[in-house]
Amino acid sequence: MTRVCVFLEAPGGKLKKSAAEMMGAAQGLGGDGTIVEGIDAVLIGQGVTTLADDAAALGADRVLVADADAFAHFTVDGHLKAMLKAVAASSPNVVIFPASTTGRDLAPALAAATQSAILTDLVELKLTDGDVCAQKPVYAGKAMATVRGSTDCVVVTLRPNVFEPAAAEAGKSAATETIDAGVTQDDIRTVVKEVLAKASEKLDLTEADIIVSGGRGLKGPENWHLVENLAEAVGGVCGASRAVVDAGWRPHEEQVGQTGKTVSPKLYIAIAISGAIQHLAGMRTSKCIVAINTDSEAPIFKVADYGIVGDAFEVVPVLTEELAKLRT
Amino acid sequence: MDIIVCMKRVPDSAAKITVAGDAKSIEQDGVDHVISPYDEIAVEKALQLKEAHGGTVTVVCLGVAAATKEIRQALAMGADQAVHLKDAGGNRGPLEIAQALAGVIKGRACDLLLFGKQSIDADNGAVGVMVARLLDLPVVSLVAQLDVADGRATVHRQSEVGTEVIEVTLPAAFTVQRGLAEPRYPKIKGIMQAKKKPLEEIDAPAPAGTMALDKLEPPAAREGGRIVGEGKDAVGELVRLLSQEAKVLS
Ligand SMILES: Cc1cc2nc3c(=O)[nH]c(=O)nc-3n(C[C@H](O)[C@H](O)[C@H](O)COP(=O)(O)OP(=O)(O)OC[C@H]3O[C@@H](n4cnc5c(N)ncnc54)[C@H](O)[C@@H]3O)c2cc1C
Ligand SMILES: Nc1ncnc2c1ncn2[C@@H]1O[C@H](COP(=O)(O)O)[C@@H](O)[C@H]1O
Repeated sequence: MTRVCVFLEAPGGKLKKSAAEMMGAAQGLGGDGTIVEGIDAVLIGQGVTTLADDAAALGADRVLVADADAFAHFTVDGHLKAMLKAVAASSPNVVIFPASTTGRDLAPALAAATQSAILTDLVELKLTDGDVCAQKPVYAGKAMATVRGSTDCVVVTLRPNVFEPAAAEAGKSAATETIDAGVTQDDIRTVVKEVLAKASEKLDLTEADIIVSGGRGLKGPENWHLVENLAEAVGGVCGASRAVVDAGWRPHEEQVGQTGKTVSPKLYIAIAISGAIQHLAGMRTSKCIVAINTDSEAPIFKVADYGIVGDAFEVVPVLTEELAKLRT
Repeated sequence: MDIIVCMKRVPDSAAKITVAGDAKSIEQDGVDHVISPYDEIAVEKALQLKEAHGGTVTVVCLGVAAATKEIRQALAMGADQAVHLKDAGGNRGPLEIAQALAGVIKGRACDLLLFGKQSIDADNGAVGVMVARLLDLPVVSLVAQLDVADGRATVHRQSEVGTEVIEVTLPAAFTVQRGLAEPRYPKIKGIMQAKKKPLEEIDAPAPAGTMALDKLEPPAAREGGRIVGEGKDAVGELVRLLSQEAKVLS
């Protein structure tokens, strides 16, 4: 029998889109003769108590809530203390985190504190003979590894946008328990003084269903309306190649690739991007890839499901118009 | 100020990765190795801090015997000394790597402990935070700016929230992000000096086997290469394919 503990991320008073995917992955652990005995959802934050019902709707058997002012900002010191309390209450065999910037910090901190194996950035997760078995891309996606953790408890982070989300069933209820971790500002050694350049309210790239990215072939930042308008027309968010970020045309948060973000949207549109191996590393697991490039030999066409050989300045406005029509 | 940087030897980011016959490792032929790019940024930042504030820079590397080359590279850039935890083989998960690194760092003078945000072969982004936790040091990840004054560090962390300005009293650990520093090329003089700098070699503890690598395989091939057409005349067909075949426009 297996107990699963799932960390649900809820910045700004709302469950993140990844929360349903993490719950979906937890539920999917059953089968193969293994019985999932219970799923505990963990909420840590300021004002997250009200989200317990949402976690229950996603199928949690029990919701463990640590709600305090000290959790207003994510810090390893603060959140780890609460997470350790939650894990003590849950005694899980598997602890699931999203591979977001928060999950990527909290999961290894928990694994180190509990001497547990950690498997990161997974695209597949299952139980085999009691071991946690998983797949993860390595070498920037140039190979896929099948890995297994064999400590009593295994900590995992799951790549967003890959796992089937749990369907929310309104009205489902779960026991809610308050975790009093007793965390105060004094426990937090890394003090967040302010947040500069707040990330836009738009969906984070790693969670977006549709991404429209632009490359150096667009010649300059003054032409970015092409990318933005297309993104707007399809309800997507904007990404960029490193060449464009290095040139200062676009902020670093938008960079897709080995040294930027790894994304797996439903649709990735690459405009005037050559498709260097380091760029492909960040987007090759997208479900559908479209490329628009003047050079029919550009490597991006090797991974693109659909390509148009042509001048972005000519093709993109027409594409934008056609897609906008479709949505109205 | 005493600074320790953990650096890993990895295949160059441009290397072609081919899975070897054992389906557990990669072909080494023709693969160049380098200091993992984020770790190289960490080494550079450590050198800049030392130049500004005085102190020492020690690099620690857990890796196979051949990693001596990358360690010498860091010494040639200007690090003062190195510890090579020699890996005789066996699979190591992040927990075992972190335990081994924490084991040699413990007890050494260290005001600042630097890591890359992730290694570009294992891509875990885990070891830095784990070592910090094992040593009970405060840790900030994804650091793109780092200033030190009066025993405190002020850093910029680039997270999904935005750019967070964070203060912490030293000693502390950080994992570094691109943009923090531009690694220098070693000069001839540095390369000559590197040969005489202290390089301590220690046998790494045998891995405990908490994480197994069962299989390595090439990524699922994409059936790419389908050119819908040329120029704006192809747009109509593309839109049709996206909505009817790929069904991604809902
Ligand atoms: C260690 C390392 C890490 C890296 N990490 C990343 C990373 O994370 N992400 C990343 O993106 N890169 C990364 N790179 C850089 C990568 O190697 C490429 O240099 C970069 O991706 C190129 O960006 P680009 O495709 O926009 O520009 P280019 O390679 O210059 O390509 C421009 C493309 O636009 C096309 N074009 C020109 N005009 C038009 C037009 N009018 N209409 C349509 N098409 C047009 C051209 O045919 C060309 O294919 C990394 C490199 C290294 C060494
Ligand atoms: N074998 C190693 N030797 C030294 N440092 C390492 C090693 N493995 C990982 N690290 C450090 O930990 C960081 C994160 O690695 P990873 O968790 O593998 O992505 C790297 O950027 C290095 O700074």
